[in-house]
Amino acid sequence: MSERLSAADVAKVARMARLNISAADVERYTQQLDGMLDHFADIDNLQLADVQPMTQPFPLVNVLRADVEQPCLDREEVLSAAPAAEQGRFRVPPSGGEDE
Amino acid sequence: MSNFSTATSIAHNVASGAQSAASVVEEHLQRIGQREEEVHAFNLVTSAEARERAADIDARIARGENIGPLAGVPIALKDNMCTRGVPTTCSSKILEGWKPPYNATVVDKLFAAGAVFVGKTNLDEFAMGSSTENSAFGPTRNPLDTSRVPGGSSGGSAAAVAAGFAAVSLGSDTGGSIRQPAALCGVVGVKPTYGLVSRYGLVAFASSLDQIGPFSHSVADAALLTEVIAGHDPMDSTSIPKPAPSLVSVLGRGVEGMRIGRVADLPEGADADVLARLDAAFVALEKAGATIVDVKLPSLSYALTAYYLIAPAEASSNLARYDGVRYGNRVAANDMNNMYADTRAAGFGDEVKRRIMLGTYALSAGYYDAYYGKALKVRRLISNDFAAAYANADVILTPTSPTVAFPFGAKTDDPLTMYLCDIFTIPTNLAGHPAMSVPFGTGQANMPVGVQILAPTLGEEAMFKVAAVLESAA
Repeated sequence: MSERLSAADVAKVARMARLNISAADVERYTQQLDGMLDHFADIDNLQLADVQPMTQPFPLVNVLRADVEQPCLDREEVLSAAPAAEQGRFRVPPSGGEDE
Repeated sequence: MSNFSTATSIAHNVASGAQSAASVVEEHLQRIGQREEEVHAFNLVTSAEARERAADIDARIARGENIGPLAGVPIALKDNMCTRGVPTTCSSKILEGWKPPYNATVVDKLFAAGAVFVGKTNLDEFAMGSSTENSAFGPTRNPLDTSRVPGGSSGGSAAAVAAGFAAVSLGSDTGGSIRQPAALCGVVGVKPTYGLVSRYGLVAFASSLDQIGPFSHSVADAALLTEVIAGHDPMDSTSIPKPAPSLVSVLGRGVEGMRIGRVADLPEGADADVLARLDAAFVALEKAGATIVDVKLPSLSYALTAYYLIAPAEASSNLARYDGVRYGNRVAANDMNNMYADTRAAGFGDEVKRRIMLGTYALSAGYYDAYYGKALKVRRLISNDFAAAYANADVILTPTSPTVAFPFGAKTDDPLTMYLCDIFTIPTNLAGHPAMSVPFGTGQANMPVGVQILAPTLGEEAMFKVAAVLESAA
């Protein structure tokens, strides 16, 4: 197993996805995700060079409205649902450390 | 059809004064009291609000007011639809206790139509699953046999209707999450055309695939509910700018002259009992005057792969918002990156993490073209296949689920085994088409079998006509 995906790949993906998972979980997910990628190899041999990718069921147009004031969510109500708030704003710990 | 009252008859009786909304809601709350502990359809039962709302409706009727097409109809909502001031959890620890500051558009529409909310129903966490075993708050059981799953991810909404806890309910369908549990619980389930029903206030899983739709005991109820929740919404940029279709009025029209597609190259995997019911459905429609035509969908067998790359890719992006900053729960840490990573590790369950990682991988530099990019091209092939098939057929019939409801734990060891439950429902979502499941007899262990009716974009009228004929022939 683990021909398509290594434990190091999964550990990197977990970091990029901001998921702090244990080494044991990395092993388990590696095995499971590798099995899935094996199954997904069924599309590897399809001739797709001339096929347009389809991101949406139908073409989307941007939706605009007049730039006028409208009612919006109540600030206090929104902040009351946050884990921490201060002076009308969301409160977070300091940023720092390595980023991908 | 079950012995429970339909939404159509409840609304009629309440509006005409033959029955009070209060008595209707009491009847449903009583059934919840009797069986909810065993079934666990709900994350939250809103008894007090339901009684208050029913009393208000009765008072307005006494004053001669017109309440709307769902007057006094008890309805349950999948717990991934925002309800202002009422907890909305997505069956995830990360959102436990969160009270949205606004209503989903469908919630406002149901209120305006006179519906009475009885509770928020259980689901696979963030709608990721096919059995409701992935809920952080424990599984829902199939009311017809509590040793079996109700299907998923809208298992709570399907069970709530099947158990008579609500006359109708709403679910969301990203790869079959309405139709598959409807089939497994023996009720009607509809995934409307992508964009027909507003997704504003539906907690996003995979935005190009998600769609809200109804569960009901009857095809007429499903048509009524679809009419109420459909229609353009400026709050959803993918909402189709057209008025809601008229569906109840087409139900009696029959299928005379209609062309019903049978998929000649249907992917393998369906059990014999399920295929036998599908054959019986073709016979019933032919007897009712329809013509059966063979169609080919050669790319259908690749749909599972395309879906399980596209949906997790979109999910990995959508679920990035659960970072412990603006809502939901937070695990404290001394810097922001650790706070994000610890919060998400503690808040998300196993399947959600797995899909976030799969999606992150499929979108990552070096793998994007090989996985996500390729899946989008396969999605186009599937859409092209359907377009060719619908040149010769008005609707297509397939099984909804390859099997009847299965026992708990039967598919939890290998995630891929669970994914195969969606093999017949996924293609519709990729194409953005409507589809519905109608109960059509029983299979193994006397459990219900659903037949799936697929139709092209905005083909709801043809789909409901066929559903009505199958319902009367079942």
